[in-house]
Amino acid sequence: MAHRWKNDLSRDDVTPKAAFLNRRNFLAAAGLGAGAAGLGAIGGMSPAPAMAQEAALEPNSFEDVTAYNNFYEFGTGKTDPAANAHRLQTEPWSIVVDGLVDNPGTFSMAEFVDGLEIEERIYRFRCVEAWSMVVPWNGFELADVLARAGVQSAAKYVSFETAVQPENMPGVQRGVIPFPYVEGLRLDEAMHPLTMLATGIYGEPMPKQNGAPIRLVVPWKYGFKSIKSIVRITLTEEEPAATWNIINPGEYGFFSNVNPEVSHPRWSQATERVIGGGLFAARQDTLMFNGYEEEVASLYDGMDLREFY
Amino acid sequence: MTNTINSALRRVPAWTIYLAGFGWAAWLFWQALNGLGAYAVEPINVLERAYGEIALILLVAGLAVTPVRQHLGVNLIKFRRAIGLTAFFYVIAHFLVFAVLDVQSLGRVWEEVVKRPYVTVGMLSLVLLIPLAVTSNNLSIRKMGAASWRKLHKLTYPAALLGALHYLWLTRGFPTEPLFYFVVITALLLLRAKFKKRNQVTA
Repeated sequence: MAHRWKNDLSRDDVTPKAAFLNRRNFLAAAGLGAGAAGLGAIGGMSPAPAMAQEAALEPNSFEDVTAYNNFYEFGTGKTDPAANAHRLQTEPWSIVVDGLVDNPGTFSMAEFVDGLEIEERIYRFRCVEAWSMVVPWNGFELADVLARAGVQSAAKYVSFETAVQPENMPGVQRGVIPFPYVEGLRLDEAMHPLTMLATGIYGEPMPKQNGAPIRLVVPWKYGFKSIKSIVRITLTEEEPAATWNIINPGEYGFFSNVNPEVSHPRWSQATERVIGGGLFAARQDTLMFNGYEEEVASLYDGMDLREFY
Repeated sequence: MTNTINSALRRVPAWTIYLAGFGWAAWLFWQALNGLGAYAVEPINVLERAYGEIALILLVAGLAVTPVRQHLGVNLIKFRRAIGLTAFFYVIAHFLVFAVLDVQSLGRVWEEVVKRPYVTVGMLSLVLLIPLAVTSNNLSIRKMGAASWRKLHKLTYPAALLGALHYLWLTRGFPTEPLFYFVVITALLLLRAKFKKRNQVTA
């Protein structure tokens, strides 16, 4: 099933060019002609909108992406993960794949990534706290992993679990929220070609504060859905628990799709501040599904997104 | 011991509080402007939090002056006005960072104040502090009379409590710092109520 999306790997070729083109000053200098020619080269492949988006995105610096994080296992402050996550023990690492799959098992990292082609994806990342970044992830589609696991027909959801290492995690010792951190996706969301498991950023192995050694990335949902440091992936029939939804169901729904029209009960989601713009950075409008509306809106056809927030 | 401390304190002029307060605020702003240290990645929120938290610390410090004298014998009373006014300065600085650098439009400021309870509460705290800042001078004490002036300045308590609530309400999860302020302010309030009661009984 995953092979159906292999076409998307064409982004592999595109990304260097896109990363090159996304330097706005270069675009400006080269003028419209060169820009159009560059896009033309990738225009023949689908889905074009995603490519165009990717080309327009300018990634945050490695420093931005690794110095400003939410990872409550290592503290509630934005700089706590960068300060404390070095204590996370990532070797050895094993991932359990179980539940409604034909090939359950416990895999070492090497076994887990074996045979999967790592590609780069430049995605917007929108935090529920109304800030955002652009991150160049390295990883593979979750669909590839699920295809290998052999999803049984009864499975409707995928649940994920983060490692708990109390001796290494000050946030776990203090019990700031319930641990282990858990998250979940509906199966069609999990199978969507945009959904990936990332093992790195900027071509580097995943930094610990970003969820080493492997994390989920679901770019059209608020950042907390993109669970870090995964140790378990379980296919289920029932909607799985999700940590923030357990803590405060009125504020954090199971879906948690980025939606500028549905505000968080305590703050607006209509705008966001892009990290890295300095003290006078202007806010920008938040996009429906974080700019991935064309790709994912059909997943929610007929659903009231105010009710299923 | 307390005598030594008190006589040492007598030699420190009150204006040092203003100097330290404004100086520190300027230093934080400079760091934010240049993206230094904690301000490297997201200076706006960090500066907003820093000013807000210092405002809360100074409000607590102002409230602690009387209990510290009553229970520890250390007299900081001559610094209290400077502490209070510096706290107000930080509240205003916090609000300006929120309004100008963070939400960036008057319409959105109003929307936040009306729609977000934690902003409403913070704004209410700021408003309560305005008459206190305006009357923090000898002329006002003379004009109002000491008794009614003191009564008015009891507003510091609800203002500080609302400030702590504002902080507690805006966070996700259960971080310890906001809870800490809430507990300390409540403790100071209880301490004062108890002391007053005891004095009334013995009087």
